[in-house]
Amino acid sequence: MFELLGIPPQALFGQLLLGLINGSFYALLSLGLAVIFGLLNIINFAHGALYMMGAFVAWMLLNYLGIGYWPALILAPLAVGIFGMVIERLMIARLYHLDHLYGLLLTFGLALIIQGLFRNEYGISGLPYQIPTQLAGGQNLGFMFLPNYRAWVVVASLLVCFGTWFMIEKTRLGALLRAATENPALVGAFGINVPRLITLTYGFGVALAAFAGVLAAPIYSVNPNMGADLIIVVFAVVVIGGMGSILGSIVTGFGLGLVEGLTRVFYPEGSAVVIFVIMAIVLLVKPAGLFGRAA
Amino acid sequence: MVTGPETAPAGIGVPVTATGAARLHLAIFAVALALALAAPFFLYPVFLMKVLCFALFASAFNLLLGYGGLLSFGHAAYFGSASYVAAHAAKVWGLTPELAILLGTGAAAVLGVVFGALAIRRQGIYFAMVTLAFAQMVYFFSLQAPFTGGEDGIQSVPRGRLFGMISLGPDINLYFFVLAIVVGGLLLIYRIIHSPFGQVLKAIRDNEPRAVSLGYRANRYKLAVFVMSATLAGLAGATKALVFQLASLTDVYWTMSGEVVLITLPGGTGTVFGPIVGVAIVVTM
Repeated sequence: MFELLGIPPQALFGQLLLGLINGSFYALLSLGLAVIFGLLNIINFAHGALYMMGAFVAWMLLNYLGIGYWPALILAPLAVGIFGMVIERLMIARLYHLDHLYGLLLTFGLALIIQGLFRNEYGISGLPYQIPTQLAGGQNLGFMFLPNYRAWVVVASLLVCFGTWFMIEKTRLGALLRAATENPALVGAFGINVPRLITLTYGFGVALAAFAGVLAAPIYSVNPNMGADLIIVVFAVVVIGGMGSILGSIVTGFGLGLVEGLTRVFYPEGSAVVIFVIMAIVLLVKPAGLFGRAA
Repeated sequence: MVTGPETAPAGIGVPVTATGAARLHLAIFAVALALALAAPFFLYPVFLMKVLCFALFASAFNLLLGYGGLLSFGHAAYFGSASYVAAHAAKVWGLTPELAILLGTGAAAVLGVVFGALAIRRQGIYFAMVTLAFAQMVYFFSLQAPFTGGEDGIQSVPRGRLFGMISLGPDINLYFFVLAIVVGGLLLIYRIIHSPFGQVLKAIRDNEPRAVSLGYRANRYKLAVFVMSATLAGLAGATKALVFQLASLTDVYWTMSGEVVLITLPGGTGTVFGPIVGVAIVVTM
């Protein structure tokens, strides 16, 4: 066996893989936050709660309706996305003329309500969700063992992230979206239904969170609090990356996941705070964020 | 200096006080103080002390949000860390309660300077996210640092003797000590709000570019109010540690930051008595 810097390779690559998986979730969630922020100008505090809802909907589909993982991967984001659109129409839409902070406060309240309801119903001990049979087991790569499901999470997240990037940067719908971000009044004057675009965007961002939730369900137990801590790390990721670019949030998400994994190898005590430390440094050096435009 | 009358702010804000309003404040304050002095003889003192501590905490937060226009989502960091330091000082170092509280408050102030200087580099939503992230950093530190006791927190903190003489063991003694601290803190906040400093602060809140063009260094004012708010939140946290004889992770967790937001909002931000009304509503529930 060879060793790298005194660390056995299993430990190193194992933690890097774990970092990559965390990075997948950071990327999916911060992407959703960035898309929503771009058009709605609100920070969606409920994002973590909706991620949790995605996992719970997948669990409910399996346990109440007998619908398995693969359909749930589509159905759960759809259901949560529609829920998000209803919330946007009924509540968030009333706040657009107010300061951004009110959007943050409203979604914070929503997050508390959603988490509280799930906690009342399902408790906090967490519910198990089986890995789908097609993805059980793993590959022995010689230097490490790679569980199939974890490889799938990374691949699926990368696919969805770049699909989103392609849609926003290269298609007509994406062009409309970017134009509406830039100047909603003018886009409205061209006959585009901007409020509907906004609703769809919110639904899409929320669906991304729910998709991440379904991906996470077999890895972490399905727990009402699973999104509560994650969302704060994702906020830090968003501050580091800046919300100016789609590609920026994807790169920052995966990159910080890896950095966190590396920290867990070399200085385990620091792994929980490393992202926040990086955030402090970025704020000192480049306050607009790595990929952000100056405010 | 500011010339001409300030325009009434839109959104979160209060009109500039006239002498009539000041007189009304004085009257409300006198009545509230009389009630507070009589209350421990009718209600459970520990509950009242909890209300008092949270009233100070919420008012400190309101100083930042309502008058500085800065929404911090990480005030648990100052509340909780002061609570830990005070508890540690009282229990392990055996300091008298007033010194323990002073030390805890000082720790919160130092933390406020460091985090505030970084956080005011971003504005609006980003400011909220940055403060939240820093508070989470403090939470993880408290979870792992050796002196905080991890999940257990610091338990059975001695209330000690005030100035080494008066025992704070009986709830009623402690109540008047806490009341004195909280009333002092609230009066200080009232004074800050109605000082020239407070006026400049409101001007920056309502129209920062204009305040800057008038020659005010907006960032210094923001940092100053941030530190004041953090310090007073620390004072509340340190006092709370003595009341419940406990410093725990709940105090530094981000739900505490959320709770103080929720307490301040129903009463109305940017009003002197709003947060106190909010505390009365939320803590009683």
